[in-house]
Amino acid sequence: MPLATPLKNLDRELARFHGRLKAGGIFVVLLAAALLGRTFYLQITQHDYYIQRAENNRISLVPVAPNRGLILDRKGRILAENYSAYTLELARAQPHDLEATLTEVAKLIEITPGELRRFRRLLAESHEFETVPLKSKLTDEEVAILAANRYRLPGAEVKARLFRNYQAGPGMAHVVGFIGRINDRDLKSLRESGREQNYRGTVHIGKTGLEQSYETLLHGRTGFDQMETDASGRAVRALSRIPPVPGKDLRLYLDEGLQAVAEHAFGDYMGGLVALDPNTGGVLALVSKPGFDPNLFIDGIDPETWKTLNESPERPMVNRVLRGIYPPGSTIKPFMGLAGLELGVRKPEDTIVDPGYFSLPNSSHQYRDWKRGGHGIVDLRRAIAQSCDTYFYKLAVDMGIDRMHDYLQKFSFGEKTGIDLDGESAGLLPSREWKQRRWKKVWYPGETVIAGIGQGYHLTTPLQLATATAMIANGGKRIEPRLVQAVRDPLTHVWQPQPVVVHEQLPLKPEDLAVVRQGMLDAMRPGGTAAAAAAGAPYTIAGKTGTAQVVGIKQGARYDAGSLSRKNRDHALFIAYAPAENPTIVVAVMVENGGHGGSTAAPIARAVFDYYLTGKRPGNMKLEGGSDASD
Amino acid sequence: MPRTSHWLLRGLHHVDGILLTLALLVLGISLAVVTSASGQSPVRISGHLVNIGLALAVMVLMANVPPHLLSKVGPPLYAAGVVLLVGVALFGEIRNGARRWLDLGFIAFQPSELLKLALPLMLAWYFQRNEAVLRAKHFMVGGILLLVPFLLILRQPDLGTALMLGASGFYLLFFAGLPWKVILGGATLGAASLPVVWGLMHDYQQRRVLMLLDPASDPLGAGYHIIQSTIAIGSGGLFGKGWMQGTQNQLDFIPERTTDFIFAVFGEEFGYAGAILLVCLYLAIVARGLVIAARAPTLFGRLMAATLSLNLFTYVFVNMGMVSGILPVVGVPLPLMSYGGTALVTLLLGMGILMSVATHRQLNKS
Repeated sequence: MPLATPLKNLDRELARFHGRLKAGGIFVVLLAAALLGRTFYLQITQHDYYIQRAENNRISLVPVAPNRGLILDRKGRILAENYSAYTLELARAQPHDLEATLTEVAKLIEITPGELRRFRRLLAESHEFETVPLKSKLTDEEVAILAANRYRLPGAEVKARLFRNYQAGPGMAHVVGFIGRINDRDLKSLRESGREQNYRGTVHIGKTGLEQSYETLLHGRTGFDQMETDASGRAVRALSRIPPVPGKDLRLYLDEGLQAVAEHAFGDYMGGLVALDPNTGGVLALVSKPGFDPNLFIDGIDPETWKTLNESPERPMVNRVLRGIYPPGSTIKPFMGLAGLELGVRKPEDTIVDPGYFSLPNSSHQYRDWKRGGHGIVDLRRAIAQSCDTYFYKLAVDMGIDRMHDYLQKFSFGEKTGIDLDGESAGLLPSREWKQRRWKKVWYPGETVIAGIGQGYHLTTPLQLATATAMIANGGKRIEPRLVQAVRDPLTHVWQPQPVVVHEQLPLKPEDLAVVRQGMLDAMRPGGTAAAAAAGAPYTIAGKTGTAQVVGIKQGARYDAGSLSRKNRDHALFIAYAPAENPTIVVAVMVENGGHGGSTAAPIARAVFDYYLTGKRPGNMKLEGGSDASD
Repeated sequence: MPRTSHWLLRGLHHVDGILLTLALLVLGISLAVVTSASGQSPVRISGHLVNIGLALAVMVLMANVPPHLLSKVGPPLYAAGVVLLVGVALFGEIRNGARRWLDLGFIAFQPSELLKLALPLMLAWYFQRNEAVLRAKHFMVGGILLLVPFLLILRQPDLGTALMLGASGFYLLFFAGLPWKVILGGATLGAASLPVVWGLMHDYQQRRVLMLLDPASDPLGAGYHIIQSTIAIGSGGLFGKGWMQGTQNQLDFIPERTTDFIFAVFGEEFGYAGAILLVCLYLAIVARGLVIAARAPTLFGRLMAATLSLNLFTYVFVNMGMVSGILPVVGVPLPLMSYGGTALVTLLLGMGILMSVATHRQLNKS
C-alpha cells in the first residue's frame, strides 16, 4: 500500500474522522434517547391505561345461564323439566360459506327438510353474532362425526344446550305453555324492563302459559365465569365465577291425574274445562281441547307445522278456558236469581205461572221457554232446577239491565278473573252505557229479556263461570284463580306458599244463598235438568246446565239438534260444585257443539268430581305408562 | 491434535473479548425471551441455539479474515449483487405484489440482502483506493454506487430495505467525509420533496404510514399488530410482569413475537428496567465499534467499523420504533434478539468484520 500522503494531511484526515465518529455517536445516543423516551411514555406514564387494556384483552365474562325452575303438579309430578343436549349450531357468515357448510353437514348427518326450513327461518330472524341451531338433540354418534370433521365445517359448532321437556304432553300445553327462542320482541321487552343483562347466555324465554307468566321466577339469575381467553377467543382457564342462581320451582294446585281424567272425559268433543278449589281459588284442572305438543316450539317450530297448527279450524293454539268467550246461557240463572233476591226484586217464595212464553207489555212478541207449554207454577228454586226461562225473562225485566250489569259484575262477569296466566279475556257484560258507547244505539227492552237467560250480548269465559260458581260455593268470596300453589327457593329448598288473593267478599244473605244452592242441588236430582249426570254419586252435586247458541233460531222455529250439522249445534255448558254441603271443588265445562249441557257437559264434570272426591277413574280410561302410579 | 488446538487457539486470538461478551449478554437475553415467546417450544429453543452457534462460528471465521483481503471481495460482490438486482427486475418472481425474489432453480433468494454487506464493502474499498486523492468527484461516484442498488430495490418495490441500504451507504459516505453542507442541503431538499415522495408511494406504503399516525383506525386489520405490541410494552410497567408471565405474550396477542415483535415480549415481561438494560447493551456494542473504528489503522477498516456500528443501531432503532409504535411496520428484525438464522448470521458476520479490524491492527503494522 503506497503511503505517499504527507503525515500532516493524514493527521487532519484522522481528526476529521474522529469528529465524524463523535457526530455518529451523538446521533446514536439521540436515537437511543428517543426509544427510551417512547418506552418511558408507554411503560411508566401510560402504564395504568395499558395494563387495563391488557386485562380487557385477557379476561372475558362468559355468562352462565341458570337452570330453569321446574313445574310440578300438586303431587310433585314433573310437568316441565330440563335436560341438556348437544345442538349443531352455525354461525352467520357469508351466504356462500354457509351454503357450503350446510352441504357438507348434510353429507355427514341427516338433516330433514323440516329442520332445514326451521333453520332458514331462524337465520332470517337472528342477529349478526348469534349462532343458529340447525339440528338439536344430536346423538353421541352424530356428535362424534361432527367433531371428527370439524375442519371441513367452518362456522359450525356443537354446543351443549339446556332444553325443556314437557312430558305431560298436549293435555297440559295450555297450562304449562312453552318456552321458545328469544326473538326481537322478547328482546325489546327485556330491554325495556331492564332485564336484558340477566338474559345474556339465555337462549329461551317463556312464550305462553305458566312459562310466560312466571318467567321471572322460573328464569333465575345468570352467573358469570371470568375466563382468561387467548387472542383467538379460546378460553384458557377460569379465573373466578359468580355462580348462577337457578330459577324457582313451581308447585301447582293442579292434579295431573285429574287433568287427564277431565281430558279423557271430553272424548271426541272439543271445549274447555276448569276446576277450582272454591276455598283457595286453586286451579285443580284446566283443559282446553284440542291441545298441541308444546315440545315442538322449544327450539323453533318449522314453518310448515306452525302453519298447520295455526290455521287449523279447530284452533288448538287457543286456550278456550281463558280466551274462549260464549254466551253463558242458562248458567247465568243462579246468579240472576241471587241478584233478584239480594236486590230485593224477588223473594224466595215469589212465584209466577209460566205459560211457556213471556211477552213484554204492549208487545205481541213471544219470548219462548225451552219447554213447550211452560213449567206451570214456579218459584226461584224450581226455576233454577228446571231452568225455567220465563221466570228469568220476567226477573230481568223487573230488575233492569243496569242493575243486572252492576250486580253480575261482582261475580267477575265482564272482568278479568286475575288468574296467574297471561292473555285472559274479560268477556263482555252488556249494559245500556256499553251499548251506547260501542254501537251508538239505545238499549232495547227485548235485549234485557234475553239477557235474563244469558243470551244476547253477554259473553263469558269458562274461567269466569267457574270463578262465579265458586262464589256460590264459598259464600260470596271472589278469589282470584291461581295455578301456582307454592314456589320453591332453589337455595333453601323451602316451599313458599303463594297467598290466596281474595278479590272481594260479597255480603250475601245466607238465606238468599241457600235458595240458589237448593235450586242448583235440585237441578241434579230427579226432575232437574242434569239429574242423569248425578245419578248414583256417593256425594251431592249442585249444578246448572246451559246452552250457548251458535246459530240463531228463527221466531217460530224450534231448535232441533238432529237436523243441524255438528258444527252448528249449540255449545253445551255446565257449572257445578261438590260436595254440595261443603264444597271442595267447582267445575265449569264448555263443550263445543255439545248440544244440551245436561247430556254432554254434565257427565264430564261428573267424571272430574268422581276422580277428585272418590279417586274413581272412568271405566274406559286406560292407565298410561304409570304416570300417576303415586295416586 | 496439538497442532489443531494450536490452530484453533490462534483463531480465537482475533476475537474481541468486549464485543463478544456484550454480544453473548444480548444473545442470552434473546434465548430467555425466545423461550418465553415460543411457549418453551423445544424446537424453537434448539433451533435458536443452533443459529447462535452457527453465527458465532461465522463471526470467529470473519474475525480471522484480514481486512485487506476482505476489501478485495467488495467490488465483485457488489457487481454480482447489482447484476442479480437487474435480473430480479427482468425475471424476478412476484410475491405479495412485489418483485423481490430471484429463483435460481435450486434456491430462491432476495439479492437485496446481498447488497446490505456488498455496498459498504464496495464503498469502503473505493474510498480506501482513492484515499490519497479524495475529491468531490469521488463522493459523486460513491453516491452513484449507492443510488444504483437503492433505486433498483426501491422499484421492486421494497421501501424498507431500500431505506436501510441507503442509510448504510450514507453512513459510509458520512464517515468518509461527505461535507456537512451537502448533508444539510440534501436533508433540506429531502424534507421539501416529502409531498412528492408521498405521491409516488404505493397505496400499501401510504397506509402503513397512516396506520402509524392512528393505529386505532383499523384495530382488526394492520393496526392490530401495533396496538397489541404497544399494549404489551405499556402493560409491562417499570419491572415487567416477569419472565413467562406476560399475558399479551402467553395468550397470543402479540403477533410475530419470536421474530420482529420480540421486543414487545421483552418489554412486557421485563419492563422499563429491561428496556434500559437492553438499549444500554446495544449502546455499548456501538461504542465498542466506534472505538475500534477510531483505532483502525486503515481507512477501509475505519469506514467499515464505523458504518457497521451505526448500521446495527439503525436496525435496533427501526425495530423498536416499529414495535413501540413510532415508526411504520417494516419487516426488520431486532439485532441479536429476534429468532431467525439469516439475520443472526449476517449480524455476527458484521461483528466478525469489526473484530477483524480491531485485531489485525498490530498484525498489519508488524
